[in-house]
Amino acid sequence: MSLALNLFTILSVSIGAFFFLAGTVGLLRFPDPLTRLHALTKADNLGLGLVVMGLLPQVQWPLGTMKLLAVWLFVLLAGTTVSQLMARAARREGPDA
Amino acid sequence: MTLALAVDFGLALLVLAVAGWTIAVRDTFAAVIGFVAYGLLLALIWVRLAAPDVALTEAAIGSGLTGLLLLGAAARLRAIETPATAPGTALRWVAGGLCVLVAAGLAALVLWLPDPAPTLAPMAVAHLPATGLGNPVTGVLVAYRAIDTLLEAVVLLPALIGVWSLASDRCWGGAPILRYPRQDGALTLLAQVLPPFGIILGIYLCWNGADEPGGAFQGGAVLAAMWALILLAGLADAPPVSRRWLRVLLVAGSAVFLAVGLAGIWIAEAFLAYPAGYAKPLILIIEVVLTLSVAVALGLLIAGPPAEDPT
Repeated sequence: MSLALNLFTILSVSIGAFFFLAGTVGLLRFPDPLTRLHALTKADNLGLGLVVMGLLPQVQWPLGTMKLLAVWLFVLLAGTTVSQLMARAARREGPDA
Repeated sequence: MTLALAVDFGLALLVLAVAGWTIAVRDTFAAVIGFVAYGLLLALIWVRLAAPDVALTEAAIGSGLTGLLLLGAAARLRAIETPATAPGTALRWVAGGLCVLVAAGLAALVLWLPDPAPTLAPMAVAHLPATGLGNPVTGVLVAYRAIDTLLEAVVLLPALIGVWSLASDRCWGGAPILRYPRQDGALTLLAQVLPPFGIILGIYLCWNGADEPGGAFQGGAVLAAMWALILLAGLADAPPVSRRWLRVLLVAGSAVFLAVGLAGIWIAEAFLAYPAGYAKPLILIIEVVLTLSVAVALGLLIAGPPAEDPT
């Protein structure tokens, strides 16, 4: 059981790290602010979600679990808000605005 | 090389790179963003050095709050800023030479430290039970070196007066305006959802400072950030700076600290000394009032000079 959980952690965190890598590559390579934000949300949402999910079996129930979930929710909330603000600013000041 | 060492090495390189970029970049706004990232990385390094108290302060005040103040300054300067001109060769050489001297001096000091380095840590821990505290850092801050903390609390007030003095005559005594120029649903939602959690966290940091990492300044910074968020979203307005209750709140922390310190001359044996047995409750009272004062002062620092006609 513990082996299966460890395998699950390794797999989930690795996939999460892959999404972070993909998001960062997109951030560096994409041509304009809106597509760059689009790339970043992949890292934020999928990457962080997978990393947190992978770490859940490794922490103590219930405090550790709740802490991880709280971190996940707060990062989601902050990331989403900042993306919205940046996207609107970019659209206002963008070349085709 | 172990994995932890590799992570530390990477962190150190990253901090150096971000620091170099912050200095080299010409755009003020970009430099401020670099400074904030630098502060957050530095906080991670303090965590790795097992100094969570310093990490909390660095993240909350060094990076977050100072970053906000610098962002505000950059936004104000944007209208009148001229593009920076490259300094002359001679000036560059002098600046570079002085930097090398400072770095070499610091490196020499660190390398020539006696082994083991001189430390007061064992003494600080040995006398901690007398204060009733569990966190030696808080013990140093409010008991052994209380005078430093008192001055830190007091210095916020001249800083705030400095910011207020930028107000125009017409607006003197009025309310500062810190509001995102456009109504924005996302920002409003964040300012409605986050503050309840932030306020709990701020109180927790203050209360927990006695036994665990945390304290008045960290807690106050979190509370101030929540206030700034609410102001920014336009959910509430800052009070006019001439309000009596506001000024009482601002000086309350320093005043209580000073009063307890002065009382120490008679009821204990020295200025800022606590009478035996009453150290813990007195420290707690100081911390609570100080947190409130720090939160209000930091919030008003972020809000900027009065910009609204008081009438």
